[in-house]
Parts: sequence; structure tokens; C-alpha cells
Amino acid sequence: MATKAEVLDFVRIYGDKMAEHRQELTDLDQAIGDGDHGINMNRGFKAVDEKLPTFADKTIEEILKAVGMTLVSKVGGASGPLYGTAFLRAGASAKGKEALSDQDVILAFDEGVGGIQYRGKAVKGEKTILDSMIPAIDAMKRSISEGKSMTVALEEAEKAAWAGVEYTKTIIATKGRASYLGERSIGHQDPGATSMAYLFQAAREVAQKSGK
Amino acid sequence: MKKFINDVENVENEMLEGIVLAHPEYVNRIPGFDVLVRAEKKVGKVALVSGGGSGHEPAHGGFVGKGMLDGAVAGAIFTSPTPDQVFEAIKAVDAGKGVLLVVKNYTGDIMNFEMAAELAEAEGIKVANVVTNDDVAVEDSLYTTGRRGVAGTIFVHKIAGAKAETGASLEEVHATAEKVIANVRTMGVALKPCTVPAAGKPGFELSDEEMELGIGIHGEPGTERKPMQKADEIVDYLMSRILKDMNPKSGDEVAVMINGAGATPPMELYILNRRVSQILADKGVKVFKTFVGDFMTSIDMAGASITLLKLDNELKTLLLAEAETIALKM
Repeated sequence: MATKAEVLDFVRIYGDKMAEHRQELTDLDQAIGDGDHGINMNRGFKAVDEKLPTFADKTIEEILKAVGMTLVSKVGGASGPLYGTAFLRAGASAKGKEALSDQDVILAFDEGVGGIQYRGKAVKGEKTILDSMIPAIDAMKRSISEGKSMTVALEEAEKAAWAGVEYTKTIIATKGRASYLGERSIGHQDPGATSMAYLFQAAREVAQKSGK
Repeated sequence: MKKFINDVENVENEMLEGIVLAHPEYVNRIPGFDVLVRAEKKVGKVALVSGGGSGHEPAHGGFVGKGMLDGAVAGAIFTSPTPDQVFEAIKAVDAGKGVLLVVKNYTGDIMNFEMAAELAEAEGIKVANVVTNDDVAVEDSLYTTGRRGVAGTIFVHKIAGAKAETGASLEEVHATAEKVIANVRTMGVALKPCTVPAAGKPGFELSDEEMELGIGIHGEPGTERKPMQKADEIVDYLMSRILKDMNPKSGDEVAVMINGAGATPPMELYILNRRVSQILADKGVKVFKTFVGDFMTSIDMAGASITLLKLDNELKTLLLAEAETIALKM
């Protein structure tokens, strides 16, 4: 389960990772896109970071929705609407909850990926953010249904996310800017799938810290 | 990287400030937003809003004015603007007759403009949208995100803008825009990649002996890398792709746009135009009007695109209608 403090910690740690990996994400995006993914995600999360102090007395729902709105209005490109909608939907799923049970956490991720699929109209296998997110969520659900702890579930999820990132190198892009490259997109790692894997990494780190 | 910039984070904002200071008779900026609107008072007609990432100047702010756009939204460089910015533009230009959004076909642009339209419709503003997709370099198939919207978008601004000035309804302006989109085709080539200030280095590497065909407008790699050729050979190839898609007949009339990507001198654009004209003459296709210059650039890319627009009488009239904007005056 996740407390409000852990949700805030997750947002802060993910923001730190977007700063830390800004150049890496930009480089990945230069290869098959227009080179702005790292720049945009970092800008969005810097704005989120500035707002964090004001989140102290908000509910989990309000926090996630505020993150979503900030990303929508600061990131731009395709990532803004996609990540923004994911956080908005995850926030909506947390309505009325003071803390998130393991099932609540899964629901939040499910709503998030649903938001991305609705907005972006992609499916698995198109070399997008979904190629790390969907395997990660599937792995998380599997672990929880096997009775494992959330920490283990997120470790499995992160592993699956990075496996998904590796997989994106092997396939052709049929969505987004990389799709213009056709076959030339093969062999390149998808930047969106990468930033999403870092999201699961942030979640895993928070869970490990709490020793759950 | 050597550029006339200050802090890399302020590039877009300082550019907009500079534009408004230079051309106050054409544009105003909505305070607190990255949106340029007409300086003159709103007129009761359908309003046109377009936009996209910065880095394509004069597109799109340079086309705000009588006969063309009412508002242009500037995102971060090569990044679609966010819905709140587009929503603000829609609210500012709406004169009660509805707003047409001219959106270039890129995943980000489509999503952000769509979200803005949802916000506007919730406020009771009638919004229609068209998606430009004139680039023939990338196939429009189930396996791609579709063709990209590139320099031909400006013909939509011009012609749908002119239609709106006649007092036409939103449906009529929409239909006119769709007619242009159905008849405009473009293909581009890059000789040198561009450098986004925040990235600090060129988007890709091209040797002195190579060119990147099917280049997009955001510095993204194109569809094919080939050894450098003479200008006429390059034009022959680009025109073969455009004409194959468009298939004009002898006796047809077209408008031509030779668009510079930002770092290509007019000298070279005119050399390209010469060959374009020869090819069209050989095919019996009449050139009704030619536009040569930097219309939709990619910062400092050395490159160009060729656009052909097949015309009928209505499009010809609207193409020649009066326009008073920073970058196009007719």
C-alpha cells in the first residue's frame, strides 16, 4: 500500500530522474524523433517540483491530478497529453482515499495506462511508451496475485519495463514521430518507453525505502 | 553552437517579445501566453487559429493578419503547444462565428489541439478542425501515424483565411480548407541538420557528401539518406514523388512554393524553382503563382521543400485575395 507521503516521494524522485536523464532521453529522441523528449519531461517535472510544497495538505487524488495538469500545461508535444492524462486518470481513481492499498495502486496504474491508450490511440508493439508500461503493469499484477509484497511486485514491474525498453529496439515504430523513419526506426530504443521505465524505477525505489 | 541567444530557456519568449516590438501594427501578444493575435479589432467572421512548435518562423505568427490567421500559438521549439495555450487563443479570437483550428499532422499537435477544442466546446465556442498532411515522403498507411503536415499548411492558412474574410460560415471555411488539403503535396530535403538551442548539438549528422531526403520540419531524420546530387537531379526526384502522388494532367494549373528550411540562401531556392518550372512546363501544367522564400523553416537547417497545390477557379481567387501579415502580403 502507499501513503500520501510515499506518493509525494514518488513524484519527487521521478522528477529527479527526469532531470538526471534529461540528456539521455534527448539523445534517444534525437535518433528517432526531434530531440525534445528529455527537455520537455524535465521542464514539466521542474514545474511539478516547484509546486510540491503546496501539495502537503492536498489529498492523494488532488496531488496526482495537480501533477497531471502541470504536465499537460508544461510538457507539450505528445508526452504532455499522454503523461498528463495518465496522472489525471490515476488521480481520479484515488478519489476519497487517504492511502492506497495494493489494489488501489494497481487500479491507479490501470487507469493511467487506460488514459494513455485513450489519448494516444496506440496499442502494444508500436514502439511507444506502452511497450514498457503494459508489461510492467502485467508483471505487477501477477506478483500481487501470487501473494508477493508491493516492493517485490514493483521490482518485477521495473524489470519488465526495462525488458520492454529492450524490446522496442527490435521493432518498427508505427506511432508517433519515429514512425516516419519506417524501417530505420528498428535498432533504436524508444524514448517514451524509457522515461516510463524510469517511472517504475522511481516507484520501486519508494517501495524499497519503506521496506514493504 | 553559436547562436544569437541569451539564456537557452528564454529563447521562445524573447523571440515573441522581439516580434511584437517589430510589428505592432500586425500582431499583439496575449499577456502571459505564447499566443499572437491580430493587432486590429476583432471582426465578426470565422476565426482561424493555427500553431505548433517554435522554430518554424515565420510560421505561424508571421501569418497572423488580415486574410490569413487570427491567432497563432507558439510551443517550445519543435514541441506542440499545450492545450491551455491553444484554448486561450481560441477564446481571444472567437467572434461568435466559430473557430477553425488548422493542425499539422503530428501526434502531439493533434492531441494538444484536441484537448483545447474540448475545453472550448465546454465553454460553448463552436470549434472545427482540419489536419494538414501534405508531405508525400512518408506513406499514409496503417503502419504509420500518417503523412506529416509541412509547408503546404501555409496554403491552407491563405486560402481558408481568405474564405473566412468573405463572411463564409464555419462549415464553408472548413470545406475550403479540406479542399486545399486534398490538393496540396510537398516533399523536402536537408543538406545540413538544424541545432535546437536546448539540445546544443545538431539533430543528426550529415557528411559533406550526403543529403537527407524526405526531411521533416522538426529536424527529425528523413526517410532516406543519399549521396549529394546536383540541384536539378534533386528536384527531378522530389518532383517525381510529388507528381506520382498528385498526378496532375496537362492543362491543370498549380501554385508552387519553394520553401527554405532557414539556412538555404534565396540563390539556391531560385535554382530549385527553375527546374520545377521546367518539369511542369514539360508536363503541360501551368504555374499560376509561385512563392519562393522561408515560410516554414527548421531553425538553421540547410534544406528546402517543394509544394504544389492543384487549383480550381475558387482556389485561384482565394489565393490572390488580399493578405496583410508579417510574412505574406498580397
